[in-house]
Amino acid sequence: MLHDRDRIFTNLYGFHDWHLAGARARGDWDNTAAILARGREAIITEMKASGLRGRGGAGFSTGLKWSFMPREIGERPHYLVVNADEGEPGTCKDRDIMRFDPHKLIEGCLIAGFAIGAHVAYIYIRGEFVREAEHLEAAIAEAREAGLLGPDACGSGWAMEVHVHRGAGAYICGEETALIQSLEGKKGQPRLKPPFPAGVGLYGCPTTVNNVESIAVAPTILRRGGAWFAGLGRENNTGTKVFCISGHVNNPCNVEEEMGIPLRELIEKHAGGVRGGWNNLLAVIPGGSSVPVLPRDVCETVRMDFDSLREVKSGLGTAAVIVMDQSTDIVKAIARLSRFYKHESCGQCTPCREGTGWLWRVMERLVTGEASIEEIDTLEQVTRQIEGHTICALGDAAAWPIQGLIRHFRPEIVNRIKARQGQARAAE
Amino acid sequence: MPKLTIDGIAVDVPAGTTVLQAAESIGIEIPRFCYHERLSIAGNCRMCLVEVKPGPPKPAASCALPVAEGMEVRTNSEMARKARRGVMEFLLINHPLDCPICDQGGECDLQDQALTFGADRSRFQESKRAVAEKNLGPLIRTAMTRCIQCTRCVRFCTEIAGVPDLGMVGRGEHAEIMPYLDGVLGSELSGNLVDVCPVGALTNGAYAYTARPWELAHTESIDVLDAVGAAIRVDTRGAQVMRVLPRLNEAVNEEWLADKSRYAIDGLKVQRLDTPWVRRDGTLKPATWAEAFDVIARRLADVPGSRIAALVGDQVDAETATVLKDLWTALGSPHLDCRQDGAALEAGARAGYVFNTTIAGIEDADAVLLIGTDPRAEAPLINARLFKRFRKGGLRVGRVGLSGRDLIYPVEDLGDDPSVLTAIAGGTHPFAEVLKAAQRPMLIVGQGALARPDGAAVLALARAIAEATGMVIEGWNGFNVLHTAAGRVGALDLGLVPGEGGRDAAGIVSGCAEGAIEAVYLVGADERDLSGLGQAFVIYQGSHGDAGAQVADVILPGAAWTEKDATYVNTEGRVQRATRAVLPPGEAREDWKIVRALAEALGHRLPLDTLAQVRARMVALAPVLGRLDTLAPAGWAPFGRAGTVAATPFAPAVTNRYMTCPITRASPTMAACVRAFLNGNEKRTGTDG
Repeated sequence: MLHDRDRIFTNLYGFHDWHLAGARARGDWDNTAAILARGREAIITEMKASGLRGRGGAGFSTGLKWSFMPREIGERPHYLVVNADEGEPGTCKDRDIMRFDPHKLIEGCLIAGFAIGAHVAYIYIRGEFVREAEHLEAAIAEAREAGLLGPDACGSGWAMEVHVHRGAGAYICGEETALIQSLEGKKGQPRLKPPFPAGVGLYGCPTTVNNVESIAVAPTILRRGGAWFAGLGRENNTGTKVFCISGHVNNPCNVEEEMGIPLRELIEKHAGGVRGGWNNLLAVIPGGSSVPVLPRDVCETVRMDFDSLREVKSGLGTAAVIVMDQSTDIVKAIARLSRFYKHESCGQCTPCREGTGWLWRVMERLVTGEASIEEIDTLEQVTRQIEGHTICALGDAAAWPIQGLIRHFRPEIVNRIKARQGQARAAE
Repeated sequence: MPKLTIDGIAVDVPAGTTVLQAAESIGIEIPRFCYHERLSIAGNCRMCLVEVKPGPPKPAASCALPVAEGMEVRTNSEMARKARRGVMEFLLINHPLDCPICDQGGECDLQDQALTFGADRSRFQESKRAVAEKNLGPLIRTAMTRCIQCTRCVRFCTEIAGVPDLGMVGRGEHAEIMPYLDGVLGSELSGNLVDVCPVGALTNGAYAYTARPWELAHTESIDVLDAVGAAIRVDTRGAQVMRVLPRLNEAVNEEWLADKSRYAIDGLKVQRLDTPWVRRDGTLKPATWAEAFDVIARRLADVPGSRIAALVGDQVDAETATVLKDLWTALGSPHLDCRQDGAALEAGARAGYVFNTTIAGIEDADAVLLIGTDPRAEAPLINARLFKRFRKGGLRVGRVGLSGRDLIYPVEDLGDDPSVLTAIAGGTHPFAEVLKAAQRPMLIVGQGALARPDGAAVLALARAIAEATGMVIEGWNGFNVLHTAAGRVGALDLGLVPGEGGRDAAGIVSGCAEGAIEAVYLVGADERDLSGLGQAFVIYQGSHGDAGAQVADVILPGAAWTEKDATYVNTEGRVQRATRAVLPPGEAREDWKIVRALAEALGHRLPLDTLAQVRARMVALAPVLGRLDTLAPAGWAPFGRAGTVAATPFAPAVTNRYMTCPITRASPTMAACVRAFLNGNEKRTGTDG
């Protein structure tokens, strides 16, 4: 269990002042100029050494991502874009970071911006986060007032401006290239990769897109050293992580914990355990709605990090733990997710546009059992036809929950179909 | 030059090539819907998925994937085939299976590729999606339920036609292609949407339900409804022209076609002159060829050549012009003019009446001066080239006259007063500096600037600007005349202008009114006010009963351009051949034969009995016409006549872009276009349409 001394987000619950004075009291903005004075290369090396993997879901090394930016600033300016479009169902960590610790993010913007050669950072915040956007803007104004941002940020000689841009609430705008499109004022649709944003991003300029949490932890990592961060968690899954525990637990919460904490410990220690006791657990979606569901026996032992969850054919995603107890209609729950992905598909590429609607309609029939047994396999195949065939990962996200359901709860589906067929026969 | 292998075959292609293009270069066709070589890459249909190593263990979209050294591509592996079959299944689940009544049937990418790459049945058991139709005007018929959201049409409108009115609205399975704002699509290139649409969602409104593609005979020809000379394919069934499609010609039209050229063909079926007519007792009566020639021969028997004139129309082919020229020489008449609009062009120096820069050359220009021209109305395809050049960036366009017209790219209006030209030529106008600073400056003079009393002075001024701003340099000639008449350049090449002491078009008409001209031969000349011909004996030769036929004493029925083998010279001076696709209706004949027969009736038996003889004579008269399809730069020589230019603003050469000749005026579809696009806001009366 994480010691208090290793906690990065010390105001995650908003018990303290989120303004500049409070943030400074907690150690933020402490001699940031000295960090920048180490130079771009040193910062990136330190970030790589920390082993920080992107906290937005894909888990790509943050330091490595920063190193993809051109070394020298050419004719085109560099941009830092912070993805605060937290839309993954079950996830609410960025929201609390921005609400209660906005200065961590803003300081991170300065450091990350310096490291990638950007003088401007855009925080693309989900439109529904009204108060959070207000806090951010207030915090930015405080930082600018205090000279922490501006033409000579923190006296480092580096000019840095941070702008908040409010999205309109489309899930797809959390995908980095769709976010860039949206930021440019266009319809939020993912772009083709390559070219990657580090080459051709916002307004055609080199751009790094990072999750809020990835950026917000950067100042602390650089203050305390990459080795400190790397010493937490497990190899290749280092550091701390904010977990969002929701659903059928006694005490739904956000909690910062060490990577690799056993799922059961996470739920029982921090969320007050499963409603009605551990044995009442049916399944857990461990990383936000897009990752495959895990049944209780897997939850018993699995650790919460990228590689452990991948081994059990799920994923850490955004670390949004959705707990479902025995009262849950698991087929209906997954059907609801299918409806969500059908609704949020941008419609650009064929497999996702056509496939998500197909999946949802079949799922709705599986809820009532109004299907044939063979359709389960058809459904599985259709998810495989979508997965990996689309421009962005929304297709995968729509496919995985259903694959998880069929993998672990096939008997449940079969029983419903049989029951329905039995009813039909009885009616005859 | 990265080296890669595609299906085991080593390929060496320039860096930046996509895998799909590389495969194409060695004859491996990868199926695709959204990819179109002239549009930006969307990568959204996912039909072109291939297996690529090294790379993630999932298929990649070959249309958007640049080649890389050592890449191993498999277009037909199990992974690739499975991916394509999957995508095809997705495309078909919501696509209606109405192929038997779909106009795209038989030439549908989806149909063809479903046959090759699809499965033999669908596993989809849910209800299919239906999509509301959209109103894109009278030219495009929509069946949006068939749409596969490839967005080719959206990209065409934005990137080629320059009217970003069309878009994909909504998301997921509710995404629909529609105009952002309600209203018809305001592009003069909209017909190309039919060609770019890979399915039957956007089809040709005028051709709807009239033919199946396999019933049609194809004839490769060129278009004559403007002076661009676009390459076309005329599709016919029996004696009818069913539709016109563009053909590839990179130098002229790429693969696009203006709406007028595509849709005016229904004008070929109405108002046709299919038999000779002779005026008897004040009314025109049908006659035989023999009777018609007899009437002419008797009427002209005692008329000296100096009292006979000929006015040559806009769509006269070079063969007809050749025979006419010889006939007029034989008659000894100097009264001959092919510039029925009165444009002050001279037949002498070719550089003075052609589009020297060439249409493809526009892409190299970096500053353009438009003089009394609206290329969007006069030559939509040339306007599209200018837009293409604009999209590459760094183009400045200035305009004198016809201010305020929307040309789909930004234009700096320099004023309506032609005296601005004097200032530019004198170097006192700021735009002169823009032209001088440009590497490849060009100007375009429209017919509106030339068809006026001081046209020769305007031409001289344009020439002066070209010389003063360095438009005529080694390897580049930026002086351009934009024609609106397909036959004009050929007729000028052949010297169909007044001879020594001869009358020009205006002189011929006034001569008729005064009685100085006793007989006038209108060879397809309809574009002038012909009410003042007085007592003159009028012979009209043409294909349609239009303005000329109404005032005629004898009508000789001619052939339209789809009905004859004929040579036309486009505004660049490019010599091209139209090919006969159908026979002329009834008694109508090819035009050169009519002139040849008329000559014989008048007692001048010209030694031109076959088309080959006519063409040989044509080349003898104008050697430049012997060079087909390719261009040679015209030598820079004096033309124009310096003089004062009146302050009157230039009048547009084309007032109604859909009705510019007898064929287009006869076309019901063009009439519908005028209603929809030009008079859309006017309240119609109960008796109109």
